[in-house]
Amino acid sequence: MDENYQELIIELYKNPLNFGEIKNADLKGETKNLSCGDVVTIYIKLDDKKIIDARHAGAGCAISQASASLLTEYLKGKTLEEAKKINKDDILKLIRIDLSKNPTRMKCALVSLDALKKALNPNYDCTM
Amino acid sequence: MYDIESIRKDFPILSTKMNGKPLVYLDSAATSQKPNQVIDLVADFYRTKNSNAGRGIYKLAEDTTHAYESVRGKVKDFTNSHSETSVIFTKNTTEAANLVMYGWGEKFIKKGDKIVVSILEHHSNFVPWQQLALKKGASFEVMDIDENGQIKESELDKMHGAKFVAVGHVSNVTGTINNVEKICRIARDEGAVSLVDGAQSIPSMKIDMKKIGCDFFMFSGHKMLAPFGSGALLSNDELLKQMDPFFYGSEMIMEVYPEKSVWNRLPYKFEAGTPNVVETIGLGAAIDYMKKLGIDNIKKHKEELVSYALKRLQEIHGLQIIGPKNAYERGALVSFTMDKVHPHDIAAILDDDGIAIRSGHHCAMPLHLRLNLPGTARASFHLYNKKEEIDQLVKSLEKAKTIFGG
Repeated sequence: MDENYQELIIELYKNPLNFGEIKNADLKGETKNLSCGDVVTIYIKLDDKKIIDARHAGAGCAISQASASLLTEYLKGKTLEEAKKINKDDILKLIRIDLSKNPTRMKCALVSLDALKKALNPNYDCTM
Repeated sequence: MYDIESIRKDFPILSTKMNGKPLVYLDSAATSQKPNQVIDLVADFYRTKNSNAGRGIYKLAEDTTHAYESVRGKVKDFTNSHSETSVIFTKNTTEAANLVMYGWGEKFIKKGDKIVVSILEHHSNFVPWQQLALKKGASFEVMDIDENGQIKESELDKMHGAKFVAVGHVSNVTGTINNVEKICRIARDEGAVSLVDGAQSIPSMKIDMKKIGCDFFMFSGHKMLAPFGSGALLSNDELLKQMDPFFYGSEMIMEVYPEKSVWNRLPYKFEAGTPNVVETIGLGAAIDYMKKLGIDNIKKHKEELVSYALKRLQEIHGLQIIGPKNAYERGALVSFTMDKVHPHDIAAILDDDGIAIRSGHHCAMPLHLRLNLPGTARASFHLYNKKEEIDQLVKSLEKAKTIFGG
C-alpha cells in the first residue's frame, strides 16, 4: 500500500488545502466514519448557484483528509448541478491512487464525497 | 520447554506472505490463527464424518453426537465451571450476551432496577445491557477508569443496589485485567447477578469460573485457536432453569402440542436448531492443544511478549501506550497512538511490511470517547508470536514516523 502514500497524500495531510470552516456557509454537510475515526465536514459558499468557496474541517487518516482537500479545490467554480454529479470515480481520479482492492481504504477516500452529498441534500443517507 | 519454532510449525498461515513479506500476525485479539490440529479435524469431518448431531441413530451420526457432546466436558474442565449441563454452546460471545439479555434480563429486570457495566466494555458487553435498561426503564451505570486504565476503586460503589453487573475480564483496548473476583463478590453481596466477558482472557489465562464467582461467563472459540462460530455461555443449572429460552424451534423442546410446548432439559433448552457441530468439535481440539502446551506456559509466554513489547514501544519517541504499564496487569495486547500519524495510517503502512495490526475504536466506542481518542492502533499476541515479530513492528513504526515526518 506504499503507493497509497505518494507524496501528494502526505503533503496534503500535513498541509491541507481549504481547511477550516466557512462561518456563513450556505451549505454544510458532515459525515463520520467512526469505525476508523474519520470526521469530515464540507462547507460551501454560493453566489447564485455557483460555488465560490468550499472548505473542509474534521480529522482522520491521511487519505480521508487529502481527499477532502482535493474535493474542496475541485468544487470551486462549479455550479450546484455540476457538484451533484460528482461521483466515486471523480474522487479516485483526484487522489490518483488505486484503491480498487482496498474496500476499507476506499471508504476513507469517499468520506468527503459523502459529506458533500449531505451538504447538497440534507436528507441524504450517509453510506459510511 | 516452550519451543516457539515448533509451535509455529503447527500454524500453516504463519509461514505465508502478505504483500510479498512474511506475515507478522499481531491481530489475535480480533481472531486467532488455527493450528493444523484444528484445521485438519474440520476438513476430515467434512470428508469422512459429516452427519448431524443429536438426531440420527446410525453410527456416523452417533459418532458426531458423541464428539459434539464430549466438548461440554472439555469446556467445563478447562474453565472449572459448574456442570456440563450449564455449558451452552453459542456461535460467539455476542450471542451469549444476547442469550442472557433475552433469557434472563427480559424476565427479571424491572423498572427502576439497576444495571452496572464498566467503561472498558466491548460493544457486545455494553449495548445489550444499555438497550435492556432503556427498554425496561432500569438505570444504567457505567464504572469509570483511572489514568492507568483500571476501574477506580470508588466506582465500585456504583454496584450498590444493583440487580445485574456485567464486566469484561480483560479489556480489548487497554488490556486491563479487571479484578473480576472482587467485582463478582461485591455483586453477590448486593444480591446482583454477575456476568464476566472472557473473550480476551481465555486465550492466555487460566479460567476458574468457581473462583471468579460469576453467574455467567462467556467466550468465543475463534480467539482461542478454534473455528469461527464456536463459543459458549457458562452458568449454573439453578439459574438457567429459571430463565426463558432465547431461540425457539427444534431441539430446545421436549414435547410439542398444537396448543403448547414443553422445554427440553439443560443445556438443550438454549440450543435451538442444528448447532455449529464441527466448529464446536474444533473448539474441543483447540482446548486439547492449549492444555497440551500448558495454560501456565502460555500465560508466561504472553507476559514475556507483552513485557518486551511495552519496553520496545516505549523507546519510540512520540508513541503513547494506552492502559497499564506492567505486563502482569495486562492481557495479550498493547494499544497505542503516535503523534502526527492517524491509527489507520499506521496500520496501512505496517500492512505494506506484512504486519497485521488493528486500528480504529475496536468495538469500544464509549471507551474511546472517554479517552478522547478517535481511535488507537493495537498489536495483540498469542501463544505463537515471538519477540522478533515485535522487533519488526517497532522497525515499521519508525518507518511510519519518517513517512509522516514525525
